[in-house]
Amino acid sequence: MSMGNNLARNKMNAMSSRRYRSLRLRAWLFLCLLLGAGGMRAAPAADSLLLKQAPSFVRKDLSGHRVDLSAYRGKVVVLNFWATWCAPCQLEMPRFASWQKQYGPHGLQILGVSMDDDAAAARKACGKLQVNYPVVMGDERLGTLYGGILGLPVTYLIDRHGRIRAKFKGETDLKVMENRIKELLDTR
Amino acid sequence: MYRRHFVRTLPLAALAAMAILCATSHGLAQFPYNAPSATSAFSIPESQLIQPEALNRLLLAGGPDKPMVFQVGSHLMFAEAHIAGSVFAGSGSQPAGLQLLAGKVAAINKKKLIVLYCGCCPWNRCPNVGPAYKQLRDLGFMNVKVLYLVNNFGDDWVNKGYRVEHGQ
Repeated sequence: MSMGNNLARNKMNAMSSRRYRSLRLRAWLFLCLLLGAGGMRAAPAADSLLLKQAPSFVRKDLSGHRVDLSAYRGKVVVLNFWATWCAPCQLEMPRFASWQKQYGPHGLQILGVSMDDDAAAARKACGKLQVNYPVVMGDERLGTLYGGILGLPVTYLIDRHGRIRAKFKGETDLKVMENRIKELLDTR
Repeated sequence: MYRRHFVRTLPLAALAAMAILCATSHGLAQFPYNAPSATSAFSIPESQLIQPEALNRLLLAGGPDKPMVFQVGSHLMFAEAHIAGSVFAGSGSQPAGLQLLAGKVAAINKKKLIVLYCGCCPWNRCPNVGPAYKQLRDLGFMNVKVLYLVNNFGDDWVNKGYRVEHGQ
C-alpha cells in the first residue's frame, strides 16, 4: 500500500516537474522573442554599420586635394556629415578644428562631408569657421553608403583599423564624443 | 512549488527584458537635445502642425483630400529619400528656394491642403520650414500645414516605415 502511494507521489512529482520545465521553456522562448523584437526596433539601417568596416570613398576636397578614406588606416577618423544651414553642425565644427590641432599629432584625423547642394556655400562656411581639416562634398551615393544621412549632424568615429566604433546623431555632448576619441586613440 | 517559483521569476524576467529593450533602443552614443532656442520653426502656430502618423494616413487614404507635399530643405537629402509623391521646392532659408516654392505652387488652388516638410535638423533648429510657411501664407494659401519632425526625416518618417521614394 505504502509502496503504491510512493509510486503515485513520484509519478505526480515527475509530471509537475515536466510541466514546470515546459512552462520555463515557454517563458524563455517568450523572452527571446521579446529581445529579438527589441533588437530590431533599436537597429535602424544606419546602426548596422557599427563595428563594421567604414564604407570606403574617394573624393576631391574643397581645395582640390584627393581624399581617400582608406589612406587614413592607422589613424582614428572622425567622419562628420554637416551642412551650412545646420546650426548644431556649426557649433561642433570649431571644436573639431581644435581637436584636429590637439590630437592630430596623436593620430586623429577629422574629415568633413558637406551635404550642401552648393560647394561655394560650404567653402565660405569653412573659411568662416576656420576649418583646418579636409572637407569633401557629399552626394546621394555617399549618404546611402553610410546608412542614409537623413538628418544632421551625423558623426562616425572610425578606429585605427577602419572599423566604425560609434555614431553620434543630432546635437551631441561633445565631451562624451571627445572621451570616446581619446579611448580610440589609446587603443592600438 | 515549481509553479510558485515560476510565477515569482516571471515578473523578474519581464523586468529584465524591458530594461534590455530600453538599453538597446538608446544604445547609440546619443545625447538629449539642448533646450529649444527661438528659431523660425517656432513661428508656425501649433494648430498648423501635422504629425507624421496623420500625414501618412491622409496620403494612404488618397482622394480629393490628399494634400500636396513639398520638401523645403536640401536637394541632396531629397534625392536620398523623400516622402512618396512629394516635390522638391527649394530650401526655405534661401531667397532662391522661396522663389522656387512660389513657382511650384503658382497653379494650385489657394484652398488646397499643402503640407511642407524639411527634417534636415532637429525641429528646434530647422531654418527652412518657418520662412517657407510664411511665404505660402503671404501668397494667400489658407490651408497650409507643416509636418512636425521632432528629430529629423530619417528618425521620424523613414524609420517608422512610412512610404518614401529615392532620386531626383
